[in-house]
Amino acid sequence: MLESIFAWETLTSALRMTTPLAFAALGGVYSERSGVVNIALEGIMLIGAFFAAVGTYFFGSPLVGILFSILAGMGLALIHAVVSIKFKVNQIVSGTALNMLAAGGTTFLSRLIFKAAGSSPHIKGFEPWSIPILSDIPGIGLVFKSLSPLIVFMFIIVILSQYILYNTVFGLRLRSVGENPQAADTLGVNVYKYRYIGVLISGALGGIGGAFLSLEHARVFVENMTGGRGFIALAAMIFGKWNPIGSFGACFLFGIAEAVRMRLEGIGIPTQFIQMIPYILTMLVLAGAVGKAMSPAADGIPYEKEEL
Amino acid sequence: MKNKENLVEILLNILSPIVSTLLALIFGGIIILLLGHNPIETYKEVISFALGNANGWGYVLFNATSFILVGLAVAIGFKGGLFNIGAEGQILVGGLASAISGVYIAPFFPAFLHLPIVFIFALLGGAFWAFIPGILKARLGAHEVINTIMMNWIGYALTNYLVINPFREKGVLYPLPQTAKLPESATLPKLAPFFQSIGINIPNSNPLNASLIVAILAVVFTYYLLWKSKLGYEIRALGSNPHASENAGINVKRIILVTMLISGAMAGLASINDVLGYRYRFLDNFSHGLGFTGIAVALLGRNHPVGIIFSGLLFGALDRMAIGMDIFTHIPREIISILQAVIILTIAIGNEILLRFLRRQRRKAMYA
Repeated sequence: MLESIFAWETLTSALRMTTPLAFAALGGVYSERSGVVNIALEGIMLIGAFFAAVGTYFFGSPLVGILFSILAGMGLALIHAVVSIKFKVNQIVSGTALNMLAAGGTTFLSRLIFKAAGSSPHIKGFEPWSIPILSDIPGIGLVFKSLSPLIVFMFIIVILSQYILYNTVFGLRLRSVGENPQAADTLGVNVYKYRYIGVLISGALGGIGGAFLSLEHARVFVENMTGGRGFIALAAMIFGKWNPIGSFGACFLFGIAEAVRMRLEGIGIPTQFIQMIPYILTMLVLAGAVGKAMSPAADGIPYEKEEL
Repeated sequence: MKNKENLVEILLNILSPIVSTLLALIFGGIIILLLGHNPIETYKEVISFALGNANGWGYVLFNATSFILVGLAVAIGFKGGLFNIGAEGQILVGGLASAISGVYIAPFFPAFLHLPIVFIFALLGGAFWAFIPGILKARLGAHEVINTIMMNWIGYALTNYLVINPFREKGVLYPLPQTAKLPESATLPKLAPFFQSIGINIPNSNPLNASLIVAILAVVFTYYLLWKSKLGYEIRALGSNPHASENAGINVKRIILVTMLISGAMAGLASINDVLGYRYRFLDNFSHGLGFTGIAVALLGRNHPVGIIFSGLLFGALDRMAIGMDIFTHIPREIISILQAVIILTIAIGNEILLRFLRRQRRKAMYA
């Protein structure tokens, strides 16, 4: 049993579990760093998974599928942005409604477009890449022999996001509108604009995260296939302290837990308890038991420009 | 002057849910039209299916029972400034606790105690699941929104484990993930025979049961709790201004915890319609998103018990209409979930616009 857990295949499957979470968690980082809580990530992932399947099915190319998922994710995110930035509606309420909309909407469209109840036809995913040099290393090389391009892309985005948020003017401004919008506004930063950008980026990344599920995990769209992964991504983002590399680390931890859970299935250990790990860890972090979690100070608070 | 302003506010409060619902129906009508169907005919057909006969009404009331109870649970939290997204998990834990107590504990007691026992466990189960995020919020200030979301998933996994392993129905060849059946003395009677006796022909197959009466009592209870008791006053004070209520000598930590406990207990109670009144057992994940719909019901009902009766009925009717869509049309029934989401969004936006409008009016009145 232990051999089956401590195998390179576990690492491979952990990476595959990590990737959709990491895209969505990074999306969460951009949104919440700009000051907008985004529990609509679940719906964004779902709609991304669906439109990735639609694009790939009708155009025969997973690349088109990805493009579709980005646009769909941004579309849903735009509604969240308008509702919570312009109309200043409670962001949890907006997110809850959008999750309902995505769940109902994707099932509705899937039944209309694919006729068959419950799922899309089989779709083609990306050709896996074999990473030169790395795949020649004995042992761990196995992991790099057959890697989804999206996994490689995910690593690039994680590092790029860390750089953008902490080393560029854009990143500084994005963070400033989430920490202290009044001060940022006084200094001439357009609070609304940066919040819109933050939420839209989260839509694009969340959409790609969902696309990974339909294109690479299942090669088919199934109703409600996200199954709460958007919420796990949110948990990972908190566990990672609203920071790209930290969030990736948390996603990877959750990915390992998921991979181990799959390996334990059928052995008789109740997998439900492993399933709980990400959620319990998140609660411990929030309770301050695993270091203090500091959310952006103005996260979730609509910004009201002073009226003169 | 003041009275006139209040009247306008009340009128707008009643008007805005109606307008939102109409907008959603128009939006749905456009979708139906785009699919090449006649929206008016379609609506006529599904609405008369849901509301044009006693059986349909029975189903609407049956659906509304759960929605009202969850709506009240969420509203109690909202009134105290707490966002309880955890109703889903609280329903599951309350429902399982209730079913287990009925199957394994009640038989040790005389039959007349069976119902009180399963009720108490439903309340306790829900309250316990809300206690954890409640105490974390009260003691450590940990945000209840994230914690209740996490508790939902933990609750789902836990009840799934318990109902598949130790508490699964035994002695059946292909058992579903469900508990054994409750003794009859621990279940709630159907209401069809009563309605038949007063000349309303609800067939015996209709699931409407005595939980409806519990829901009505819960509405009355919530009204008295929030507006006629000291505790309710403190809950509302906390909800409208936590700092001021602390200065006024209210024990904020205690009220946060108590509000969460009552909200969770009410969510646990929402399980009875299915567990005690319909299936007579706990079926894995029976709630199926009920806790999230409860948020919509509370919002649409403006967090007021009377409003929640109407929004619960509306959502109950919409759910029945979804079945009608399946039977009479080729339009996927999920169009109804889309409409529900549109209702929440329009009402939330409408609220904000209204608030701004009222604020501007007040400012004008001040300068006039």
